[in-house]
Amino acid sequence: MGDLLHAFASQGFLQQALLAGLLASLGCGLIGPFVVVKRIAFLAGGIAHSVLGGMGAAVYFGFSPLLGALAAAVLAALIIGTVQLAWRTGEDTLIGALWAIGMAAGILFISRTPGYTTDLMSFLFGNMLLVPARELWFMGALDLLLLITVLLFYRQFVAVAFDEEFARLRGVPVTFFYLLLLVLVAVTVVLMIQVVGLILVIALLTLPAAVAGQWTRSLAGMMLGATLLGAGITSGGLALSYGPDLPAGATIVLLAGAVYLVSAVTSGIVARRRARLAMQRAGVA
Amino acid sequence: MPDARPVIDIQHVYFAYGGAPVLEDVELLVQRGEFLGLVGPNAGGKSTLLKLILGLLEPAAGRVLVLGRSPRCSRRRLGYVPQHPPFGRDFPISVGDVVLMGRLGLGPMPGGWRRADRKAAARTLAEVEAGDLAARPIGTLSGGQLQRVLLARALVGEPEVLILDEPTANIDQRLEGEIFDLLARLNERLTIVVVSHDIGFISTYVSRVACLNRTLICHRTDDIDGQTITDLYGEDVRMISHDHGHLHEAPPAGAAHG
Repeated sequence: MGDLLHAFASQGFLQQALLAGLLASLGCGLIGPFVVVKRIAFLAGGIAHSVLGGMGAAVYFGFSPLLGALAAAVLAALIIGTVQLAWRTGEDTLIGALWAIGMAAGILFISRTPGYTTDLMSFLFGNMLLVPARELWFMGALDLLLLITVLLFYRQFVAVAFDEEFARLRGVPVTFFYLLLLVLVAVTVVLMIQVVGLILVIALLTLPAAVAGQWTRSLAGMMLGATLLGAGITSGGLALSYGPDLPAGATIVLLAGAVYLVSAVTSGIVARRRARLAMQRAGVA
Repeated sequence: MPDARPVIDIQHVYFAYGGAPVLEDVELLVQRGEFLGLVGPNAGGKSTLLKLILGLLEPAAGRVLVLGRSPRCSRRRLGYVPQHPPFGRDFPISVGDVVLMGRLGLGPMPGGWRRADRKAAARTLAEVEAGDLAARPIGTLSGGQLQRVLLARALVGEPEVLILDEPTANIDQRLEGEIFDLLARLNERLTIVVVSHDIGFISTYVSRVACLNRTLICHRTDDIDGQTITDLYGEDVRMISHDHGHLHEAPPAGAAHG
Protein backbone atom coordinates (compact mmCIF):
# COMPACT_ATOMS: atom_id res chain seq x y z
CA MET A 1 0.00 0.00 0.00
CA GLY A 2 2.81 2.39 0.95
CA ASP A 3 4.62 1.47 -2.26
CA LEU A 4 1.50 2.20 -4.23
CA LEU A 5 1.03 5.63 -2.67
CA HIS A 6 4.69 6.37 -3.23
CA ALA A 7 4.36 5.36 -6.87
CA PHE A 8 1.30 7.59 -7.31
CA ALA A 9 3.14 10.48 -5.63
CA SER A 10 6.31 10.16 -7.67
CA GLN A 11 5.25 8.91 -11.09
CA GLY A 12 3.83 11.57 -13.40
CA PHE A 13 2.24 9.02 -15.74
CA LEU A 14 0.28 7.50 -12.84
CA GLN A 15 -0.99 10.91 -11.78
CA GLN A 16 -2.09 11.57 -15.34
CA ALA A 17 -3.81 8.18 -15.48
CA LEU A 18 -5.60 8.95 -12.21
CA LEU A 19 -6.70 12.32 -13.55
CA ALA A 20 -7.94 10.69 -16.78
CA GLY A 21 -10.06 8.30 -14.69
CA LEU A 22 -11.52 11.16 -12.66
CA LEU A 23 -12.32 13.16 -15.79
CA ALA A 24 -14.04 10.13 -17.31
CA SER A 25 -16.07 9.53 -14.15
CA LEU A 26 -17.89 12.84 -14.60
CA GLY A 27 -19.24 11.31 -17.82
CA CYS A 28 -20.38 8.21 -15.87
CA GLY A 29 -22.29 10.52 -13.58
CA LEU A 30 -23.82 13.09 -15.93
CA ILE A 31 -24.83 10.88 -18.85
CA GLY A 32 -24.83 7.33 -17.45
CA PRO A 33 -28.12 7.81 -15.54
CA PHE A 34 -29.91 8.93 -18.73
CA VAL A 35 -28.57 5.88 -20.61
CA VAL A 36 -29.90 3.64 -17.82
CA VAL A 37 -33.35 5.18 -17.29
CA LYS A 38 -33.95 5.76 -21.01
CA ARG A 39 -32.76 2.18 -21.71
CA ILE A 40 -30.48 3.13 -24.57
CA ALA A 41 -27.45 1.03 -23.55
CA PHE A 42 -27.51 -0.89 -26.84
CA LEU A 43 -27.70 2.38 -28.74
CA ALA A 44 -24.76 3.72 -26.73
CA GLY A 45 -22.85 0.52 -27.54
CA GLY A 46 -23.52 1.07 -31.23
CA ILE A 47 -22.21 4.63 -31.04
CA ALA A 48 -19.12 3.46 -29.13
CA HIS A 49 -18.16 0.75 -31.60
CA SER A 50 -18.83 2.77 -34.75
CA VAL A 51 -16.34 5.30 -33.38
CA LEU A 52 -13.51 3.00 -34.52
CA GLY A 53 -14.29 4.04 -38.11
CA GLY A 54 -13.62 7.68 -37.25
CA MET A 55 -10.48 6.89 -35.25
CA GLY A 56 -9.09 4.72 -38.06
CA ALA A 57 -9.80 7.39 -40.67
CA ALA A 58 -8.17 10.06 -38.47
CA VAL A 59 -5.04 7.94 -37.98
CA TYR A 60 -4.86 7.12 -41.71
CA PHE A 61 -5.18 10.77 -42.78
CA GLY A 62 -2.87 11.97 -40.00
CA PHE A 63 -5.32 13.73 -37.66
CA SER A 64 -5.69 13.27 -33.91
CA PRO A 65 -7.57 9.99 -33.33
CA LEU A 66 -9.67 11.61 -30.61
CA LEU A 67 -10.93 14.28 -33.01
CA GLY A 68 -11.80 11.52 -35.46
CA ALA A 69 -13.54 9.63 -32.67
CA LEU A 70 -15.55 12.71 -31.70
CA ALA A 71 -16.65 13.35 -35.28
CA ALA A 72 -17.59 9.69 -35.84
CA ALA A 73 -19.42 9.44 -32.52
CA VAL A 74 -21.52 12.55 -33.12
CA LEU A 75 -22.28 11.44 -36.68
CA ALA A 76 -23.28 7.93 -35.53
CA ALA A 77 -25.49 9.41 -32.79
CA LEU A 78 -27.28 11.69 -35.24
CA ILE A 79 -27.77 8.92 -37.83
CA ILE A 80 -29.11 6.42 -35.29
CA GLY A 81 -31.30 9.04 -33.62
CA THR A 82 -32.77 10.41 -36.85
CA VAL A 83 -33.51 7.00 -38.34
CA GLN A 84 -35.00 5.79 -35.06
CA LEU A 85 -37.33 8.80 -34.88
CA ALA A 86 -38.31 8.49 -38.55
CA TRP A 87 -38.84 4.70 -38.64
CA ARG A 88 -39.86 3.95 -35.06
CA THR A 89 -39.17 0.25 -35.73
CA GLY A 90 -36.20 -1.84 -36.72
CA GLU A 91 -33.73 0.46 -35.02
CA ASP A 92 -31.90 -2.47 -33.41
CA THR A 93 -30.99 -3.77 -36.86
CA LEU A 94 -29.69 -0.36 -37.84
CA ILE A 95 -27.70 0.01 -34.62
CA GLY A 96 -26.20 -3.45 -35.14
CA ALA A 97 -25.28 -2.57 -38.72
CA LEU A 98 -23.66 0.74 -37.75
CA TRP A 99 -21.85 -1.05 -34.91
CA ALA A 100 -20.20 -3.55 -37.29
CA ILE A 101 -19.73 -1.23 -40.29
CA GLY A 102 -17.95 1.36 -38.13
CA MET A 103 -15.58 -1.23 -36.71
CA ALA A 104 -14.90 -2.79 -40.12
CA ALA A 105 -14.11 0.63 -41.64
CA GLY A 106 -11.82 1.40 -38.72
CA ILE A 107 -9.93 -1.87 -39.06
CA LEU A 108 -9.42 -1.31 -42.82
CA PHE A 109 -8.05 2.19 -42.22
CA ILE A 110 -5.77 1.05 -39.42
CA SER A 111 -4.46 -1.94 -41.40
CA ARG A 112 -3.41 0.51 -44.14
CA THR A 113 -1.57 2.71 -41.63
CA PRO A 114 2.01 1.70 -40.74
CA GLY A 115 2.56 0.61 -37.12
CA TYR A 116 -1.12 -0.03 -36.51
CA THR A 117 -1.22 -2.86 -33.97
CA THR A 118 -0.49 -0.84 -30.80
CA ASP A 119 -2.97 1.84 -31.85
CA LEU A 120 -5.69 -0.70 -32.49
CA MET A 121 -5.26 -2.35 -29.08
CA SER A 122 -5.31 0.98 -27.24
CA PHE A 123 -8.41 2.15 -29.14
CA LEU A 124 -10.23 -1.08 -28.37
CA PHE A 125 -9.17 -1.58 -24.76
CA GLY A 126 -7.84 1.81 -23.68
CA ASN A 127 -4.40 2.82 -22.57
CA MET A 128 -4.84 4.77 -19.43
CA LEU A 129 -1.15 4.82 -18.55
CA LEU A 130 -0.24 6.63 -21.74
CA VAL A 131 -2.69 9.53 -21.78
CA PRO A 132 -0.77 12.62 -22.93
CA ALA A 133 -1.34 15.90 -21.10
CA ARG A 134 -2.85 17.42 -24.25
CA GLU A 135 -5.58 14.79 -24.23
CA LEU A 136 -6.32 15.47 -20.57
CA TRP A 137 -7.14 19.05 -21.58
CA PHE A 138 -9.33 17.68 -24.36
CA MET A 139 -11.15 15.46 -21.84
CA GLY A 140 -11.52 18.43 -19.50
CA ALA A 141 -13.10 20.46 -22.30
CA LEU A 142 -15.56 17.63 -23.07
CA ASP A 143 -16.46 17.43 -19.34
CA LEU A 144 -17.13 21.16 -19.30
CA LEU A 145 -19.37 20.82 -22.36
CA LEU A 146 -21.35 17.99 -20.72
CA LEU A 147 -21.66 19.84 -17.42
CA ILE A 148 -22.89 23.11 -18.94
CA THR A 149 -25.39 21.41 -21.26
CA VAL A 150 -26.86 19.18 -18.54
CA LEU A 151 -27.05 22.07 -16.03
CA LEU A 152 -28.82 24.35 -18.52
CA PHE A 153 -31.32 21.80 -19.81
CA TYR A 154 -31.65 19.29 -16.96
CA ARG A 155 -35.45 19.68 -16.81
CA GLN A 156 -35.88 19.14 -20.54
CA PHE A 157 -33.64 16.05 -20.54
CA VAL A 158 -35.54 14.55 -17.61
CA ALA A 159 -38.89 15.32 -19.29
CA VAL A 160 -37.80 13.69 -22.55
CA ALA A 161 -36.43 10.65 -20.71
CA PHE A 162 -39.56 10.33 -18.55
CA ASP A 163 -42.49 10.95 -20.90
CA GLU A 164 -41.80 12.16 -24.46
CA GLU A 165 -45.47 12.66 -25.33
CA PHE A 166 -46.16 14.87 -22.31
CA ALA A 167 -42.91 16.83 -22.89
CA ARG A 168 -44.04 17.51 -26.48
CA LEU A 169 -47.43 18.76 -25.22
CA ARG A 170 -45.63 21.17 -22.90
CA GLY A 171 -43.82 22.68 -25.89
CA VAL A 172 -40.45 20.96 -25.28
CA PRO A 173 -38.71 20.36 -28.65
CA VAL A 174 -38.49 16.62 -28.00
CA THR A 175 -36.67 15.62 -31.19
CA PHE A 176 -34.00 18.25 -30.63
CA PHE A 177 -33.39 17.25 -27.01
CA TYR A 178 -33.40 13.53 -27.80
CA LEU A 179 -30.76 14.03 -30.50
CA LEU A 180 -28.82 16.34 -28.17
CA LEU A 181 -28.90 13.61 -25.51
CA LEU A 182 -27.49 11.11 -28.01
CA VAL A 183 -24.76 13.60 -28.98
CA LEU A 184 -23.88 13.92 -25.28
CA VAL A 185 -23.73 10.11 -25.09
CA ALA A 186 -21.34 10.25 -28.06
CA VAL A 187 -19.18 12.86 -26.30
CA THR A 188 -19.13 10.69 -23.16
CA VAL A 189 -18.05 7.66 -25.20
CA VAL A 190 -15.08 9.64 -26.53
CA LEU A 191 -14.32 10.83 -23.00
CA MET A 192 -14.08 7.24 -21.78
CA ILE A 193 -12.18 5.74 -24.73
CA GLN A 194 -8.83 6.81 -23.27
CA VAL A 195 -9.55 4.99 -20.04
CA VAL A 196 -11.22 1.70 -20.96
CA GLY A 197 -11.27 1.66 -24.77
CA LEU A 198 -14.33 1.67 -26.99
CA ILE A 199 -15.29 -1.97 -26.44
CA LEU A 200 -15.50 -1.55 -22.67
CA VAL A 201 -17.02 1.96 -22.64
CA ILE A 202 -20.50 0.56 -22.18
CA ALA A 203 -19.53 -0.77 -18.72
CA LEU A 204 -18.54 2.67 -17.41
CA LEU A 205 -21.58 4.24 -19.07
CA THR A 206 -24.10 1.93 -17.41
CA LEU A 207 -22.72 0.14 -14.33
CA PRO A 208 -21.95 3.09 -11.98
CA ALA A 209 -25.33 4.66 -12.85
CA ALA A 210 -27.14 1.35 -12.37
CA VAL A 211 -25.50 0.83 -8.95
CA ALA A 212 -26.38 4.39 -7.91
CA GLY A 213 -29.95 3.77 -9.12
CA GLN A 214 -30.26 0.82 -6.75
CA TRP A 215 -29.70 3.12 -3.78
CA THR A 216 -31.27 6.47 -4.69
CA ARG A 217 -34.75 7.53 -5.73
CA SER A 218 -33.94 10.54 -7.90
CA LEU A 219 -32.06 11.20 -11.11
CA ALA A 220 -29.96 13.90 -9.44
CA GLY A 221 -29.00 11.40 -6.71
CA MET A 222 -28.10 8.89 -9.41
CA MET A 223 -25.86 11.48 -11.06
CA LEU A 224 -23.99 12.30 -7.87
CA GLY A 225 -23.70 8.65 -6.87
CA ALA A 226 -22.54 7.52 -10.31
CA THR A 227 -19.90 10.26 -10.46
CA LEU A 228 -18.47 9.25 -7.06
CA LEU A 229 -18.67 5.55 -7.90
CA GLY A 230 -17.03 6.16 -11.27
CA ALA A 231 -14.20 8.04 -9.55
CA GLY A 232 -13.77 5.27 -6.97
CA ILE A 233 -13.91 2.48 -9.54
CA THR A 234 -11.45 4.04 -12.02
CA SER A 235 -9.00 4.96 -9.24
CA GLY A 236 -9.43 1.60 -7.49
CA GLY A 237 -9.04 -0.32 -10.75
CA LEU A 238 -5.90 1.63 -11.59
CA ALA A 239 -4.43 0.88 -8.15
CA LEU A 240 -5.32 -2.82 -8.36
CA SER A 241 -3.80 -3.15 -11.81
CA TYR A 242 -0.54 -1.37 -10.98
CA GLY A 243 1.13 -3.98 -8.74
CA PRO A 244 0.59 -7.14 -10.84
CA ASP A 245 0.95 -5.06 -14.05
CA LEU A 246 -2.54 -5.87 -15.37
CA PRO A 247 -4.24 -3.89 -18.16
CA ALA A 248 -5.85 -0.95 -16.33
CA GLY A 249 -8.98 -0.67 -18.50
CA ALA A 250 -9.94 -4.33 -18.12
CA THR A 251 -9.27 -4.23 -14.36
CA ILE A 252 -11.51 -1.17 -14.01
CA VAL A 253 -14.35 -2.86 -15.91
CA LEU A 254 -14.08 -6.05 -13.82
CA LEU A 255 -14.13 -3.95 -10.65
CA ALA A 256 -17.23 -2.12 -11.93
CA GLY A 257 -18.87 -5.48 -12.65
CA ALA A 258 -18.02 -6.77 -9.17
CA VAL A 259 -19.42 -3.63 -7.51
CA TYR A 260 -22.59 -3.98 -9.58
CA LEU A 261 -23.04 -7.62 -8.60
CA VAL A 262 -22.50 -6.96 -4.88
CA SER A 263 -24.84 -3.96 -5.01
CA ALA A 264 -27.58 -5.86 -6.84
CA VAL A 265 -27.50 -8.69 -4.29
CA THR A 266 -27.37 -6.39 -1.23
CA SER A 267 -30.06 -4.03 -2.47
CA GLY A 268 -32.29 -7.04 -3.10
CA ILE A 269 -31.72 -8.32 0.46
CA VAL A 270 -32.31 -4.85 1.92
CA ALA A 271 -35.56 -4.44 -0.06
CA ARG A 272 -36.84 -7.83 1.15
CA ARG A 273 -35.94 -7.03 4.76
CA ARG A 274 -37.70 -3.66 4.51
CA ALA A 275 -40.81 -5.33 3.10
CA ARG A 276 -40.75 -7.92 5.92
CA LEU A 277 -40.35 -5.23 8.61
CA ALA A 278 -43.23 -3.27 7.09
CA MET A 279 -45.39 -6.42 7.17
CA GLN A 280 -44.47 -7.04 10.81
CA ARG A 281 -45.26 -3.48 11.79
CA ALA A 282 -48.60 -3.70 10.00
CA GLY A 283 -49.29 -7.00 11.79
CA VAL A 284 -48.50 -5.51 15.23
CA ALA A 285 -50.54 -2.37 14.58
CA MET B 1 -64.01 39.37 -21.53
CA PRO B 2 -64.72 35.72 -22.18
CA ASP B 3 -64.00 34.35 -25.63
CA ALA B 4 -67.24 33.42 -27.41
CA ARG B 5 -65.56 31.21 -30.02
CA PRO B 6 -65.76 27.45 -29.53
CA VAL B 7 -62.92 26.01 -27.49
CA ILE B 8 -62.66 23.02 -29.82
CA ASP B 9 -63.84 23.27 -33.43
CA ILE B 10 -63.60 20.07 -35.48
CA GLN B 11 -64.85 20.18 -39.09
CA HIS B 12 -65.14 17.20 -41.45
CA VAL B 13 -62.15 15.38 -39.98
CA TYR B 14 -60.92 12.11 -41.47
CA PHE B 15 -58.08 10.02 -40.11
CA ALA B 16 -56.52 6.61 -40.84
CA TYR B 17 -53.44 4.92 -39.41
CA GLY B 18 -52.68 3.42 -42.81
CA GLY B 19 -55.45 0.91 -43.49
CA ALA B 20 -59.13 1.32 -42.70
CA PRO B 21 -60.30 4.80 -41.65
CA VAL B 22 -60.47 5.35 -37.90
CA LEU B 23 -62.43 8.59 -38.11
CA GLU B 24 -64.83 9.63 -40.86
CA ASP B 25 -66.35 13.07 -41.30
CA VAL B 26 -66.24 13.94 -37.60
CA GLU B 27 -67.73 17.28 -36.63
CA LEU B 28 -67.66 18.51 -33.06
CA LEU B 29 -67.96 21.88 -31.39
CA VAL B 30 -67.10 22.26 -27.71
CA GLN B 31 -68.03 25.56 -26.06
CA ARG B 32 -66.25 27.19 -23.14
CA GLY B 33 -67.31 25.73 -19.79
CA GLU B 34 -68.67 22.48 -21.18
CA PHE B 35 -68.03 19.09 -19.58
CA LEU B 36 -68.10 16.79 -22.58
CA GLY B 37 -68.11 13.02 -22.25
CA LEU B 38 -66.78 11.20 -25.31
CA VAL B 39 -68.00 7.60 -25.33
CA GLY B 40 -67.96 4.70 -27.76
CA PRO B 41 -66.77 1.18 -28.31
CA ASN B 42 -63.24 -0.11 -28.35
CA ALA B 43 -61.32 1.07 -31.45
CA GLY B 44 -64.09 3.60 -32.11
CA GLY B 45 -61.49 6.36 -32.48
CA LYS B 46 -61.87 8.12 -29.12
CA SER B 47 -58.17 8.27 -28.25
CA THR B 48 -57.37 9.18 -31.86
CA LEU B 49 -59.75 12.13 -31.71
CA LEU B 50 -58.06 13.31 -28.51
CA LYS B 51 -54.64 13.06 -30.17
CA LEU B 52 -55.92 15.17 -33.09
CA ILE B 53 -57.18 17.79 -30.60
CA LEU B 54 -53.78 17.74 -28.87
CA GLY B 55 -51.92 18.05 -32.17
CA LEU B 56 -50.08 14.75 -31.64
CA LEU B 57 -51.66 13.54 -34.91
CA GLU B 58 -52.61 15.48 -38.05
CA PRO B 59 -55.97 14.85 -39.76
CA ALA B 60 -55.87 13.29 -43.23
CA ALA B 61 -58.61 15.73 -44.23
CA GLY B 62 -60.66 18.34 -42.42
CA ARG B 63 -59.75 20.95 -39.84
CA VAL B 64 -59.14 21.01 -36.09
CA LEU B 65 -59.02 24.34 -34.28
CA VAL B 66 -58.35 24.59 -30.56
CA LEU B 67 -58.89 27.94 -28.83
CA GLY B 68 -59.15 29.48 -32.30
CA ARG B 69 -55.71 28.30 -33.45
CA SER B 70 -53.99 25.13 -34.63
CA PRO B 71 -53.63 22.44 -31.95
CA ARG B 72 -49.83 22.83 -32.01
CA CYS B 73 -50.10 26.53 -31.19
CA SER B 74 -52.65 25.96 -28.44
CA ARG B 75 -51.38 22.77 -26.87
CA ARG B 76 -49.62 24.50 -23.97
CA ARG B 77 -53.03 25.84 -22.90
CA LEU B 78 -54.38 22.28 -22.68
CA GLY B 79 -53.97 19.83 -19.82
CA TYR B 80 -53.80 16.15 -20.77
CA VAL B 81 -54.22 13.01 -18.66
CA PRO B 82 -53.21 9.94 -20.72
CA GLN B 83 -54.83 6.53 -20.37
CA HIS B 84 -51.56 4.61 -20.27
CA PRO B 85 -48.73 6.82 -19.03
CA PRO B 86 -45.69 5.71 -21.04
CA PHE B 87 -43.10 5.98 -18.26
CA GLY B 88 -41.68 3.01 -16.39
CA ARG B 89 -42.74 2.55 -12.78
CA ASP B 90 -39.07 2.19 -11.85
CA PHE B 91 -38.14 5.66 -13.11
CA PRO B 92 -36.30 7.37 -10.23
CA ILE B 93 -38.49 10.43 -9.75
CA SER B 94 -40.69 11.78 -6.98
CA VAL B 95 -44.36 12.70 -7.32
CA GLY B 96 -43.50 16.37 -6.74
CA ASP B 97 -41.01 16.37 -9.63
CA VAL B 98 -43.51 14.63 -11.93
CA VAL B 99 -46.09 17.33 -11.21
CA LEU B 100 -43.48 20.06 -11.78
CA MET B 101 -43.06 18.81 -15.36
CA GLY B 102 -46.52 20.22 -16.06
CA ARG B 103 -44.90 23.67 -15.62
CA LEU B 104 -42.52 23.19 -18.54
CA GLY B 105 -43.13 25.72 -21.27
CA LEU B 106 -44.27 28.46 -18.86
CA GLY B 107 -40.91 30.04 -18.02
CA PRO B 108 -37.54 30.42 -19.73
CA MET B 109 -36.19 27.15 -21.16
CA PRO B 110 -32.71 26.93 -19.56
CA GLY B 111 -32.16 26.70 -15.84
CA GLY B 112 -34.14 25.28 -12.94
CA TRP B 113 -37.61 25.56 -11.43
CA ARG B 114 -38.66 28.88 -9.98
CA ARG B 115 -40.31 29.41 -6.62
CA ALA B 116 -43.66 30.04 -8.36
CA ASP B 117 -43.40 26.62 -10.08
CA ARG B 118 -42.83 24.81 -6.78
CA LYS B 119 -45.68 26.70 -5.10
CA ALA B 120 -48.02 25.85 -7.97
CA ALA B 121 -47.04 22.16 -7.81
CA ALA B 122 -47.67 21.99 -4.04
CA ARG B 123 -50.99 23.83 -4.38
CA THR B 124 -52.19 21.62 -7.23
CA LEU B 125 -51.25 18.40 -5.43
CA ALA B 126 -53.27 19.65 -2.46
CA GLU B 127 -56.19 20.48 -4.76
CA VAL B 128 -56.37 16.88 -6.04
CA GLU B 129 -56.06 15.68 -2.40
CA ALA B 130 -52.62 14.18 -2.94
CA GLY B 131 -50.54 16.73 -1.01
CA ASP B 132 -49.12 14.03 1.24
CA LEU B 133 -47.68 12.12 -1.74
CA ALA B 134 -45.20 14.81 -2.91
CA ALA B 135 -42.06 13.03 -1.69
CA ARG B 136 -43.13 9.52 -2.73
CA PRO B 137 -41.35 7.78 -5.64
CA ILE B 138 -43.77 7.57 -8.59
CA GLY B 139 -43.48 3.77 -8.68
CA THR B 140 -44.94 3.28 -5.20
CA LEU B 141 -48.37 4.79 -5.95
CA SER B 142 -51.62 2.85 -6.25
CA GLY B 143 -53.69 3.23 -9.43
CA GLY B 144 -55.99 5.83 -7.90
CA GLN B 145 -53.11 7.83 -6.43
CA LEU B 146 -51.32 7.81 -9.79
CA GLN B 147 -54.45 9.14 -11.53
CA ARG B 148 -54.61 12.06 -9.06
CA VAL B 149 -50.93 12.81 -9.64
CA LEU B 150 -51.36 12.74 -13.44
CA LEU B 151 -54.36 15.03 -13.02
CA ALA B 152 -52.21 17.41 -10.94
CA ARG B 153 -49.50 17.32 -13.64
CA ALA B 154 -52.12 18.30 -16.22
CA LEU B 155 -53.58 21.07 -14.01
CA VAL B 156 -50.38 22.69 -12.76
CA GLY B 157 -49.72 24.38 -16.13
CA GLU B 158 -52.94 26.39 -15.64
CA PRO B 159 -54.75 25.02 -18.72
CA GLU B 160 -58.01 26.35 -20.13
CA VAL B 161 -59.11 22.92 -21.32
CA LEU B 162 -58.62 19.61 -19.54
CA ILE B 163 -58.51 16.47 -21.70
CA LEU B 164 -58.66 13.06 -20.05
CA ASP B 165 -58.44 9.63 -21.70
CA GLU B 166 -60.21 6.99 -19.57
CA PRO B 167 -59.09 8.55 -16.28
CA THR B 168 -60.76 5.83 -14.25
CA ALA B 169 -60.06 2.73 -16.35
CA ASN B 170 -57.71 1.16 -13.82
CA ILE B 171 -59.31 2.08 -10.52
CA ASP B 172 -62.22 0.86 -8.48
CA GLN B 173 -65.71 2.34 -8.49
CA ARG B 174 -65.56 4.34 -5.26
CA LEU B 175 -62.40 6.11 -6.46
CA GLU B 176 -64.02 6.61 -9.86
CA GLY B 177 -66.76 8.64 -8.17
CA GLU B 178 -64.19 10.68 -6.24
CA ILE B 179 -62.25 11.52 -9.40
CA PHE B 180 -65.43 12.61 -11.20
CA ASP B 181 -66.55 14.71 -8.21
CA LEU B 182 -63.17 16.42 -8.47
CA LEU B 183 -63.63 16.96 -12.22
CA ALA B 184 -67.08 18.42 -11.60
CA ARG B 185 -65.49 20.96 -9.22
CA LEU B 186 -62.76 21.76 -11.77
CA ASN B 187 -65.44 22.29 -14.43
CA GLU B 188 -66.38 25.50 -12.61
CA ARG B 189 -63.26 27.08 -14.13
CA LEU B 190 -62.22 24.70 -16.94
CA THR B 191 -63.66 23.20 -20.10
CA ILE B 192 -63.35 19.41 -19.80
CA VAL B 193 -63.36 16.63 -22.40
CA VAL B 194 -63.28 13.15 -20.93
CA VAL B 195 -63.15 9.86 -22.83
CA SER B 196 -64.94 6.93 -21.25
CA HIS B 197 -66.41 3.60 -22.27
CA ASP B 198 -68.93 3.94 -19.47
CA ILE B 199 -71.92 6.02 -20.68
CA GLY B 200 -74.17 5.34 -17.74
CA PHE B 201 -71.66 6.42 -15.16
CA ILE B 202 -70.41 9.61 -16.78
CA SER B 203 -73.85 10.84 -17.89
CA THR B 204 -74.58 11.89 -14.29
CA TYR B 205 -71.55 14.18 -14.31
CA VAL B 206 -71.12 15.58 -17.81
CA SER B 207 -73.11 18.36 -19.45
CA ARG B 208 -73.14 16.61 -22.83
CA VAL B 209 -72.20 13.24 -24.29
CA ALA B 210 -70.75 12.64 -27.74
CA CYS B 211 -70.83 9.06 -28.98
CA LEU B 212 -68.04 8.13 -31.34
CA ASN B 213 -67.83 5.00 -33.43
CA ARG B 214 -65.72 6.09 -36.39
CA THR B 215 -68.05 9.02 -36.77
CA LEU B 216 -70.10 10.96 -34.24
CA ILE B 217 -73.47 9.26 -33.77
CA CYS B 218 -75.09 11.66 -31.37
CA HIS B 219 -74.15 14.41 -29.05
CA ARG B 220 -76.91 15.19 -26.57
CA THR B 221 -77.35 13.70 -23.14
CA ASP B 222 -81.10 13.13 -23.56
CA ASP B 223 -80.48 11.10 -26.71
CA ILE B 224 -78.81 8.35 -24.76
CA ASP B 225 -81.29 5.51 -24.63
CA GLY B 226 -81.30 1.85 -25.46
CA GLN B 227 -81.52 2.57 -29.21
CA THR B 228 -78.43 4.79 -29.18
CA ILE B 229 -76.45 2.26 -27.28
CA THR B 230 -77.53 -0.42 -29.70
CA ASP B 231 -76.47 1.78 -32.63
CA LEU B 232 -73.18 2.44 -30.96
CA TYR B 233 -72.24 -1.02 -29.81
CA GLY B 234 -74.19 -2.97 -32.38
CA GLU B 235 -76.10 -5.19 -29.97
CA ASP B 236 -78.13 -5.02 -26.80
CA VAL B 237 -76.31 -3.88 -23.75
CA ARG B 238 -77.23 -4.87 -20.25
CA MET B 239 -78.31 -1.90 -18.19
CA ILE B 240 -77.64 -2.42 -14.52
CA SER B 241 -78.58 -0.21 -11.64
CA HIS B 242 -75.97 0.10 -8.95
CA ASP B 243 -75.45 1.64 -5.57
CA HIS B 244 -75.13 5.33 -6.44
CA GLY B 245 -78.60 5.21 -7.89
CA HIS B 246 -78.13 5.69 -11.63
CA LEU B 247 -77.98 3.44 -14.60
CA HIS B 248 -74.68 1.85 -15.44
CA GLU B 249 -74.27 0.05 -18.70
CA ALA B 250 -72.10 -2.98 -19.24
CA PRO B 251 -71.11 -3.04 -22.91
CA PRO B 252 -70.94 -6.40 -24.65
CA ALA B 253 -67.73 -8.34 -24.35
CA GLY B 254 -64.98 -6.81 -26.39
CA ALA B 255 -66.42 -3.32 -26.24
CA ALA B 256 -65.56 -2.64 -22.65
CA HIS B 257 -62.24 -0.92 -22.97
CA GLY B 258 -61.16 1.62 -25.42
